[in-house]
Amino acid sequence: MTEMPVETVRAPRSAAAFRAIGTLFRIGREMTREPLGFAGCIVLAIIIIVAALASVIAPYPPNVQSLGEVLQPPSWAHWAGTDEFGRDILSRLMFGAQITIRTVFSVCIIIGPIGLAIGVIAGFFGGRIDAVLMRATDIVLSFPALVLALGFAAAMGAGLNTAVIAISLTSWPPIARLARAEALVVRRTDYVAAARLYGASRMRLLFLYIAPMCIPSVIVRLTLNMATITLTAASLGFLGLGAQPPAPEWGAMIASGRKFMLDYWWVAVMPGIAILLTSLAFNIIGDAMRDILDPRYDRS
Amino acid sequence: MTVPEHAPILTIEGLDVTFRRSTVKAVDGFNLTLGRERFGIVGESGSGKSTAGRAIMRLLPKSARIEAKEMRFGGRSLPECSEKEMRSLRGREIALIMQDPRYSLNPVLTVGNQVAEAALLHLGLKGKAGRDKAREMLSHVRIRDVDRVMDLYPHQISGGMGQRVMIAMMLLAKPRLVIADEPTSALDVSVRHEVLKLLDELVRENNSGLILISHDIRMVAAFCERIAVMYKGRIVEMLTSLSDARHPYTKGLIAAMPDPRHPVRRLSTLDRSVLEALS
Amino acid sequence: MSETMIEVRDLDVVFDRGSPQENHVVRSVSFQAAKGETLGIVGESGCGKSTVLRCIAGLESHWSGEIHLAGRLVGKERSRDELKSAQMVFQDPYGSLHPRHRIGMALAEPHRAMGIGEGWNAVAGALTQVGLPADFANRFPHELSGGQRQRVAIARALMLSPPILLLDEPTSALDVSVQAEVLNLMCDLRDERTLTLLLVSHDLAVIGHMCDRVLVMKEGVFVDELTKDDIRFGRTHHEYSATLFEASLLGDDAPDAMARGAEAGFGS
Repeated sequence: MTEMPVETVRAPRSAAAFRAIGTLFRIGREMTREPLGFAGCIVLAIIIIVAALASVIAPYPPNVQSLGEVLQPPSWAHWAGTDEFGRDILSRLMFGAQITIRTVFSVCIIIGPIGLAIGVIAGFFGGRIDAVLMRATDIVLSFPALVLALGFAAAMGAGLNTAVIAISLTSWPPIARLARAEALVVRRTDYVAAARLYGASRMRLLFLYIAPMCIPSVIVRLTLNMATITLTAASLGFLGLGAQPPAPEWGAMIASGRKFMLDYWWVAVMPGIAILLTSLAFNIIGDAMRDILDPRYDRS
Repeated sequence: MTVPEHAPILTIEGLDVTFRRSTVKAVDGFNLTLGRERFGIVGESGSGKSTAGRAIMRLLPKSARIEAKEMRFGGRSLPECSEKEMRSLRGREIALIMQDPRYSLNPVLTVGNQVAEAALLHLGLKGKAGRDKAREMLSHVRIRDVDRVMDLYPHQISGGMGQRVMIAMMLLAKPRLVIADEPTSALDVSVRHEVLKLLDELVRENNSGLILISHDIRMVAAFCERIAVMYKGRIVEMLTSLSDARHPYTKGLIAAMPDPRHPVRRLSTLDRSVLEALS
Repeated sequence: MSETMIEVRDLDVVFDRGSPQENHVVRSVSFQAAKGETLGIVGESGCGKSTVLRCIAGLESHWSGEIHLAGRLVGKERSRDELKSAQMVFQDPYGSLHPRHRIGMALAEPHRAMGIGEGWNAVAGALTQVGLPADFANRFPHELSGGQRQRVAIARALMLSPPILLLDEPTSALDVSVQAEVLNLMCDLRDERTLTLLLVSHDLAVIGHMCDRVLVMKEGVFVDELTKDDIRFGRTHHEYSATLFEASLLGDDAPDAMARGAEAGFGS
C-alpha cells in the first residue's frame, strides 16, 4: 500500500467536545418544556449545590457533639432538630448529601462503561461471545442485589468504597442487557452494512458506529437507576455496611434514629425525607430524559 | 357505470390546517365538492394531501388547528360534530384505508374475528351472524379459500391480501365516503392494480364517493374522474385529464416520470425556482 | 462486448438451512454484466433480487456458487482490495447514513476505514460531484431531505472509485421529481466514470429507463430477459413479465377512467 501524506486536512479535534456540549444544551432546553422533569432537575441541582457547599453553608459542624442540646425538636435554631448526641440534623443531612452524591455518581461511572461494553460486544459479535456474556449477566441478575452487596461488603469490610463496589457489582446487568438490545438493532442497519462494505474493521464498527447509538439509552437507564442506587446505598448504610460512624450517611442516620422513633420522630424522619426527595428527583429526571433522548417514547 | 347524483356527499370550503409550532399552513384553502365519484388527490410528500384526508376524518393530532368556512358531510357540519358523533361516523359512514395493512390490522386477532368485530361494531351482528357476514365480505373481496384465511393472523397473510381484508372491513358498513390514503404503495406491483380495481368496483357497487390520495399521478389518473394536484398545501390545479395539465408543477410531475416507451437519456426535472416564483 | 465486470455462476442462497423455516431464496442463477453496462433486476418483494445484490456486495454468507468481480473470483469474506471493486447504494435514504455522523465524516469514512488517508480533502469534491454544496459537510443527516441524503449515499459509494455500483431500489423512497434528479445523476456518473451498474427495483418504469438489459426475477429464478427495445415496445417472453408490464400501467390497454368519466359527463 502506498504511503499517503497523513498531514493533509485534519478533522477538527474539538468537534466531539462541541457536539457533547451542544447535546447538553439541547437536553437543557428541552427539559424546560417538561415541567415535572424541570422540577426534578431543580431539586437535584439544589441537592448537589448543598452537597458541594456543605462546609460553607451548614449552620453547625456535622460531628461535634453538644450534650446540652440532645434530641431537640425542630426549631429556629435547629431546623431539623438534633440527634441523640446533640448534633444538628440539618447540617448532618447536608454533609450526608456529599456521601450520597459521591456514591451515586461513582457507581454510575463504574457501571455505565462496563454495562455498555459488555452489552455492545455481546450484541455485535453474537454467537458464542453473546451466549457467554449474557449467561453471566443472567447469573448476576438473578442474585438479589442487596444480599450480594451485603455479602460483598461483609467480606471486604464495611466502608464507603466497598459499598460503591458492591452496588456496582450488582447493578450493571440491566445496562448490559439494554446496550445489547440496542446493538442488535444497530448491527442490522444499512449504515453498518455500508461501513462493512468499505472495509471498516470490527473495532471501528464497534466504537464509531454501534456504541454511539447505544449511549443515549444507556444514559437514560443510568439516570433511572440512580434512584435505586440511592436506595441501595442508604440500605447498606442502614445495615451498618456503608460509610462508618460518625460519617453522616443518611441510611446510618435512620438506623440510629430508629431507637428514638416513637418519642423523637425527627431523628429518623428527616434523613428519610432526604432519601425520598433525592430518589424521587432522580426518577423524574430519568423519565424526562427518556422522553427527550428516546424518540420511541414520543409524546405527540 | 353509475348515474351521478347531484347532491354532494362532501362539501369543503376554505379548509386550512396549521400545526402548532409551524407558521406555514399544511393545507391552505382546500375546496372540494364531492359527489358519488372517484376523486384523486395527487402531490409529493409534504404537499398536504394526507393531512387534508385526515382533516376530513378529524384524525389529526391535537397540535393541528383545523379551520374551514364550510365542511359538510351529508347533512352534518363536521367541525361541529362531537368526538362521539365522529366515532360513529368513522367506519360506518366514512371509511379510511391506509397505506400499510400490517400496521392497521390488529396483530392479535385472526382475520375472521377482526372482520366479525367490525360487523358487530357497525351492523350489530353478533356471533354466528357476524362471522357469516365476515365470510361473505371476505369472499366478496375475492379471497379464495375464505375459511382457511379467516383463521390466519395478520402476519401470516401477504400485503395484498391484508389490504383486501382491510377493504372488506372498511366497506362492510357500506360507507358513503371512502378515503384511501396511498392504499397500494406498500403492495407489490402485480397486486396493486387488482386491489385498486377491487376498491373501485366496491365503491361503485355501494354508490359511494371515493377520495384516492396518492403520489402516483398515473395511477390516480387511471382510476379517478377528477384529480386535484396539490403543492405546498394548495390545490394548484383541478384536472379531468392529464393531457389538460397547464400548471408547471403538474406538467413537471408528469414529465419527471420515467417512461421506457419514450426513452430519453435524461429525465426532465422540476424547475423549483419557477414554482417558487409562481407561489 | 468489452470485458466482463460482473459474472455470477450458479448462485444459490438458502437461509436457515436444515431448520423448519428453511428458505431457498435464490435458486442457481447465473448472469454477467459488461463494463459500462447497466443491468437491471426487476421483481416483487421477496423474489430474491436484493439477496442477489447483497451476495455480490459481500454482505451475505449463506450462498454457494461463483462470483467474479472485475475479473477476480471473490469469496464470502472480502479483502479490502476486493471490497473496492463494488460498492452499494441502499434503498432507505434515512437508514443508510449514520445519524450521529456529519456528512463530511460519512464521506471521509471510506478512506479512513480503508486506511488510505484521512479522506477529508476529498469530501468537498465528492459533494459537488453529486450536485450538493460543499458546506453540507458540516450538516447532520437529519438536516437533509431524502433526495439529498441519497445523493450523499451515492457520493459515499463512489469515494473508493469502484468500477461497479450496486443499487438496491435507490429511488423507491423518493418523490417522483426527486427520483428524476437522482436517476439523472446516476446516468451522468455512469457515463463519466464508465461504471457498471446493477440496479434492483420493483418499478419497471425506472428499470426500463435506466437499464440496457433487464432480468425478470420470480421466486428465486430469472424467468425472462428483456432488452431496452423489448421494454420500449412491450415485448415479453414470459407470462409473468407481461403481468408486470400491465401492473406498471405501461400497457397500452391501461384503463383511463378520466377519459371514460369525461365521456359520461363528469367533472367541471
